[in-house]
Amino acid sequence: MKILVCISHVPDTTSKINFTDGDTKFDTNGVQFVINPNDEFGLTRAMWFKEKQGASVDVVNVGGAETEPTLRKALAIGADNAIRVNTEAKDGFQVAKELAKVAKDGAYDLIIAGRESIDYNGGMVPGMMAKILEANFVNTCVSLEVEGDKATAIREIDGGKETLTASLPLVIGGQKGLVEESDLKIPNMRGIMMARKKPLNVVEPASAHTYTSSEKFEKPAPKGDIKLVAEDNLDELVDLLHNEAKVI
Amino acid sequence: MSVLVYIESENGKFKKASYEAASYAKGVADQLGTSVTAISINAEDNASLGTYGVAKVLNVSSDKLAKFNAEAYADAIAQAAKNEDAKVVVIGQTANDKYIAPILAVDLEAGYASNVVELPTSTEPFQVKRTAFTNKAFNFTNITTDVKLIGVSKNAYGLKEDNTEATIEDFSPSLAEGDFTVNVQSVDKATDKVTIADAEIVVSGGRGLKGPENWGMIEELAEVLGAATACSKPVSDMGWRPHGEHVGQTGKPVASNLYIAVGISGAIQHLAGISASKTKVVINNDPEAPFFKAADYGVVGDAFEVVPKLIEKLKEFKANNA
Repeated sequence: MKILVCISHVPDTTSKINFTDGDTKFDTNGVQFVINPNDEFGLTRAMWFKEKQGASVDVVNVGGAETEPTLRKALAIGADNAIRVNTEAKDGFQVAKELAKVAKDGAYDLIIAGRESIDYNGGMVPGMMAKILEANFVNTCVSLEVEGDKATAIREIDGGKETLTASLPLVIGGQKGLVEESDLKIPNMRGIMMARKKPLNVVEPASAHTYTSSEKFEKPAPKGDIKLVAEDNLDELVDLLHNEAKVI
Repeated sequence: MSVLVYIESENGKFKKASYEAASYAKGVADQLGTSVTAISINAEDNASLGTYGVAKVLNVSSDKLAKFNAEAYADAIAQAAKNEDAKVVVIGQTANDKYIAPILAVDLEAGYASNVVELPTSTEPFQVKRTAFTNKAFNFTNITTDVKLIGVSKNAYGLKEDNTEATIEDFSPSLAEGDFTVNVQSVDKATDKVTIADAEIVVSGGRGLKGPENWGMIEELAEVLGAATACSKPVSDMGWRPHGEHVGQTGKPVASNLYIAVGISGAIQHLAGISASKTKVVINNDPEAPFFKAADYGVVGDAFEVVPKLIEKLKEFKANNA
């Protein structure tokens, strides 16, 4: 089985979010970038398929040279090859199209992406990629087994879970649950040394076609002060929730 | 060229989020000087959509679509959009909506903006305001395609009544074999519990509760309020509560009217995931907990004393306001 894991290069979850250039660009100053958490669960599941079922695992990212350390980290975790599509990621459709081309050219059986990136939260790349590839698609996937060319996936639905079956090729929108948090791999020194020698192929984009454009950002208005209620005066809290906030 | 809205139903019934999508579609239709057509699949109460400004409902009744199937549902909606020559298609942001939307976008060659919180800020260019960076920022996005697909967030635009007489037409999309290659084998869903996605009120517990055996009072508080229960990431990581209850950046997002956090310190990832909730209450014994900076109301105190007392007060309140 040939697996392609799509890696988004995103600011660490604890990053301060600021903007520059007239609020049109994310301010990367002092920001640490990581593998998108939703992608990392999928990458770790892919490593399980590599160890238990002899799958090959490649990783891909659409972005400039500054995203390479994130791809190297994926190689250090155990991916075999990395591919970087050398263009700035501008919108979900453009990224999906580039990734679909890489997936098709490499004849991958299983393509794993995160359900959404934690920066733009578009939540559209895996589904668009599947539709472009005419491949099967399971979103918000929390469990995945593959036997031959048949996959059994569990997806999270509002208030529960659903078990689905589909044949390969299959695109997954993954998230926590594909593996446990405690199963996530931290690259060891040997992995990091080996990653330096693994191939990282840079390919040029196929097109620059976009459907949307990000124009500017805005930070939420600062929140008003909290009202503290004494623990022996909870009638006041009930009253505030009823008469002021009007939520009960 | 009407605005088309997909109205999700569950067991034939519409939910509040469905009516919110209809309300939003009416708002966009007014901006564009057109009317709203809705498409529903195996739904019962189509006439009720008129309350929120829907002029026409395309009613799909199909045994083939009895089980949810993203590809097939997207195909049906795409056919409706093409039939109606819709230039704007509106969808909600439930788990199923988010599954359908990207497939639909490619089918319609439509630019898709998800997590939209307001009516378009302009229609020329077509610009929407959406959340990004897990609610830590808003992003203004232009949709540059001829057909636009908008995913409207729950509990953001809200319900707007606009009584219209909705005409109901049967609509039979032609569905291909290729639409049914991903198949649902089983659904595991508690039917007697309020889900985090639908809940107006969410009661959430953190590490401060010390162990899974102490969740009884969280469940009781939720029951009194008709709320869903949720938890912080460490709690689900330690297996005290199921993953499905984890809310935050890598868990479920919460956009309830009221969010009550008990024994949750308020890590930035947690606060991001719940910040779309309108009113936040924190109960924590540590006055330095970051949650106190993010909440509207707070009680500094031992959860094991405060929560039982709060349950009693709320029971009294409910009895007096029944």
